[in-house]
Amino acid sequence: MTAAFIYSLMFYFTAAIAVLATLLMITRHNAVHALLYLIISSLSMAIIFYLLGAPFAAVLEVIIYAGAVMILFVFVVMMLNLGHKSVEQEAAWLPAKGWIVPSVLAALLLIVLIAGLGEPENLRGVHLVGVKEVGISLFGPYLLVVELASFLLMAGLVGAYHLARQTTPTPKFDDSGTSTSKTQGDEA
Amino acid sequence: MTPVMANLLNIVGILVFVVFGAAMLTWVERRVLGIWQDRHGPNRVGPFGTLQIVADMIKLLVKEDWVPDFSDKFIFVIAPTIAMFVVVAAFAVIPMAPGVGIVDLNVGLLFFLAMTSLGVYAVMFGAYASDNKYALIGGIRAAAQMVSYEVFMGLSLMGVVMLAGSFDLRQVVLSQQDGWYIFPQFIGAFIFMMAGIAESHRTPFDLPEAEHELTAGFHTEYSGMKFAMFFIGEYVSVLLTSAMITVLFLGGWLGPDFAPPLFWFLLKTLILVLFMILIRGSLPRPRYDQLMSFGWKCMLPLALANLVVTAALILR
Repeated sequence: MTAAFIYSLMFYFTAAIAVLATLLMITRHNAVHALLYLIISSLSMAIIFYLLGAPFAAVLEVIIYAGAVMILFVFVVMMLNLGHKSVEQEAAWLPAKGWIVPSVLAALLLIVLIAGLGEPENLRGVHLVGVKEVGISLFGPYLLVVELASFLLMAGLVGAYHLARQTTPTPKFDDSGTSTSKTQGDEA
Repeated sequence: MTPVMANLLNIVGILVFVVFGAAMLTWVERRVLGIWQDRHGPNRVGPFGTLQIVADMIKLLVKEDWVPDFSDKFIFVIAPTIAMFVVVAAFAVIPMAPGVGIVDLNVGLLFFLAMTSLGVYAVMFGAYASDNKYALIGGIRAAAQMVSYEVFMGLSLMGVVMLAGSFDLRQVVLSQQDGWYIFPQFIGAFIFMMAGIAESHRTPFDLPEAEHELTAGFHTEYSGMKFAMFFIGEYVSVLLTSAMITVLFLGGWLGPDFAPPLFWFLLKTLILVLFMILIRGSLPRPRYDQLMSFGWKCMLPLALANLVVTAALILR
């Protein structure tokens, strides 16, 4: 049993988990369970990145996707407080009949993918991309793309600030515990 | 000794050290806090009360391990596992001494940050699955607090990364032979310590489990060993933050030659753990909005300023 065999075994095992978790994510009726499978899916993607020689991309996948984006998703779902009603609703929205066309389309895509890829590349001898290489290419050939992405993020930030801006001044916290201006107004 | 044996010894040794050390910390904390607050602390079981953890273990093991009927059982069980797993897994990248340490990852520091960012799930899933108002409010608080403090936890460490020129923690330690990074990166160390305490949600950042308003916060419904995993996870987190500060700012295992390197690492970590206990014993708990605005309006600009000034001085 060579190292390369163990290596490809690890790759296919992780890939199988990624595909299975993503499938389960789509078919779950409970939103939090679906998110849990999405997290597992992105974690296994991180391991695949690592196995393909990109440790930096692997850790960023965990920090950004699993560690920040998904947390906000779970946060929102928690705040919505979806109960059994929404689970039943989801179940009603996903009848078996609805799966036929997407499955056929996905199968067609899979055929194209298999025909296009042909023989899988040998997984051995991958080029290791470290943090320095990523940094050099980000601030070298891809500088314009980085700048454009920063524009987009800035726009998002300004938009979020605008949406969350308070139009009416809120009463200040009153440490003495007596009535605020609003309650005084009600009394009057 | 073959390399396989050395690796196995490292893995088992560090795992036992971390879990046993964290369990001992529950006694150390109560005992030391007691002495600092002019009382005795636990001193009945065994010499100086050292067997208190055995008594606690027996109590927690024989307690009814109740999974509420109204809870989401799958997630309810998995949440404390995540709490314990992420902090113990983060120890894999910490170099304790030459030859002692599980793996030297070239993105070791980022691995640590990734594991701490996954720690939020334990609290959120625990709170969600409990289906309890106190737990839910605690969980929402914890998630907001941990996500906010993570931002500048990462930023505060980038100064060290720039000075060392590597994300590999062993390289970071070796590059401190001319001087510890606590001196040029004092602000970074301070911010990291604050963020580390907030990540392990201990006093003064324990609003997610503030017992005066939320009974026990996100772990209200937990009992027995599941509660113990949250509890021990918190102490492992304290140990982890202390070990990380030692590695990043206090020169890791570097020290005078008369004692082995591992001794210096453990001594520095122990002093930091005691310092974190002292913080718990001396600072009051802030209000939740004060905590959040302190993070975003004070710590984040400070971390950014530290980063920019360090980068400017290096590029000069």
